[in-house]
Amino acid sequence: MNELIEVESLSKHFGSIHAVDNVSFAVKRGEVLGFLGPNGAGKSTTMRIITGYLPPTAGTARVCGQDIQTHPIEAKRRIGFLPEGAPLYGDMTVLAFLDFIARIRNLNGAQKKLRIEYSVARMGLEEVLYQRLETLSKGFKRRVGFAQSILHDPDVLILDEPTDGLDPNQKHHVRELIRELGVNKAIIISTHILEEVDAVCDRAVIIDRGRVVFDGSPIEFHAKSKHHNGVALRVTSATAAQVTKLLKGLPDVAAVEQTGTSAGHVSMIVVPRNGRFIADAVGTAIRQNNVVVDEIHTEAGKLDEVFRQITVGEERSALR
Amino acid sequence: MRELIIITRRELGAYFATPLAYVFLVIFLGASGAVTFFLGNFFTRRQADLESFFGFHPWLFLVLIPAVGMRLWAEERKSGTIELLMTLPVTTTQAVVGKFVAAWLFTGLALLLTFPIWISVNYLGSPDNGVIFASYVASFLMAGALLALASCLSALTKNQVIAFVISATACFMFLMSGLDLVLGVFKGWAPDYLISMIASMSFLTHFDTISQGVLQLPAIIFFLSMMAVCLFINVQVVELKKAG
Repeated sequence: MNELIEVESLSKHFGSIHAVDNVSFAVKRGEVLGFLGPNGAGKSTTMRIITGYLPPTAGTARVCGQDIQTHPIEAKRRIGFLPEGAPLYGDMTVLAFLDFIARIRNLNGAQKKLRIEYSVARMGLEEVLYQRLETLSKGFKRRVGFAQSILHDPDVLILDEPTDGLDPNQKHHVRELIRELGVNKAIIISTHILEEVDAVCDRAVIIDRGRVVFDGSPIEFHAKSKHHNGVALRVTSATAAQVTKLLKGLPDVAAVEQTGTSAGHVSMIVVPRNGRFIADAVGTAIRQNNVVVDEIHTEAGKLDEVFRQITVGEERSALR
Repeated sequence: MRELIIITRRELGAYFATPLAYVFLVIFLGASGAVTFFLGNFFTRRQADLESFFGFHPWLFLVLIPAVGMRLWAEERKSGTIELLMTLPVTTTQAVVGKFVAAWLFTGLALLLTFPIWISVNYLGSPDNGVIFASYVASFLMAGALLALASCLSALTKNQVIAFVISATACFMFLMSGLDLVLGVFKGWAPDYLISMIASMSFLTHFDTISQGVLQLPAIIFFLSMMAVCLFINVQVVELKKAG
């Protein structure tokens, strides 16, 4: 039972709208899955089904082997969930709220105290413990929502946009925490910040209009870019034409694209054929021809470009 | 059961965390006293009973019970906390009943706090305390049935004002269903059995039966089953609304 979250041909229809359409994936222990997609792609709906809030139209989800439809309570016990927007009972204090969640999660006495202290310390909530939730800033609310989800040390964590509304320091902190927790849990985080995929995820699933359009590692995600393994150069305008001609002649180079000009310099990307590794060949060619280069580095491939390519590309074919 | 109690405790705490509880208690106690003494002519009747006190309870409840009930589910849906609550390891029934019990206990507290009037009447004369006790029970049961109705209706909307208006209307219909005001709407086209069924649903009639001092089983069962039916529908409505 290595796979803690199993999603099987999940579909959810709201009237004629297919919010989730035949989605399948699984998450193992020790894996952090990044759930990506444009707004309204069905990310939140999928997460709501896995956590047992919404019933699916077809298919099912299992958490630690427990079917969310036939054994909802058993499955819910094993899930920590941060809903979208981190809704909280505004009239409670932070401590009273965490106490309520801990009790309902069947934590009592010393264990309850210990777990609340742990969550409070991890999320840095000491200074607001006796404040009412409605008076807290967006960032603190999000952190309380996160603290609530890890109280019972669940095997499965499902976090809907956990870093939304946090400042860069807090984002960094939360990502570190997710990485750390991800070692022995199965975690799904939804996000529309693509850098987060590199920062915390072992795997990315991209959905668009309810369908899975990509499922793979962050490296495979990068590799989808035509610029993956490309070489970015910056040379003076005078030599640009010569360099372009020179590099185009290399066997594994598909194209040389100009990406911009500034102050007498030209930036360009050497695009490899079929994602081959060309840095060495480009370097050698430049050295042998004594070209002066201001800047040179290899490209991993831009995620937002791949993201657009995958999700917008689908849209075009659908329009046709 | 454990989960139910935890939810009830949280809900009760929520009443007292906001001004709602205090506003409600002050208005209820103030109004019940005022109507008893001014409209009910407590003194000039020169009778040692609390008829003039309990007689106004249905009308106080008509305004105040929907005010307590409207937030039960409408607020939960509006703020999105329903998503949090329903993904905790609790059943919908536990959540619905837990919230209802909290609201019912709260109105029970309001009733308990009217004890000075009971002391007054005992000081002034020698009333039949059995009748007074029965009246309190009747009032508490009626409050519960109205609350269950209001709770069920509040699950239909995210808007508390709409929940209040619909609940108040529904409470009015159920209170008055034995009177011509409501029956007149049905007379003329509805079959007789339907009219007598509607008439038999009257909260007012059942309330009067118990508060006359006889703890009549049918009336008690009526209120309890009214609560059960409303809460059952409440569970279905919550399930239905979150699904869609």
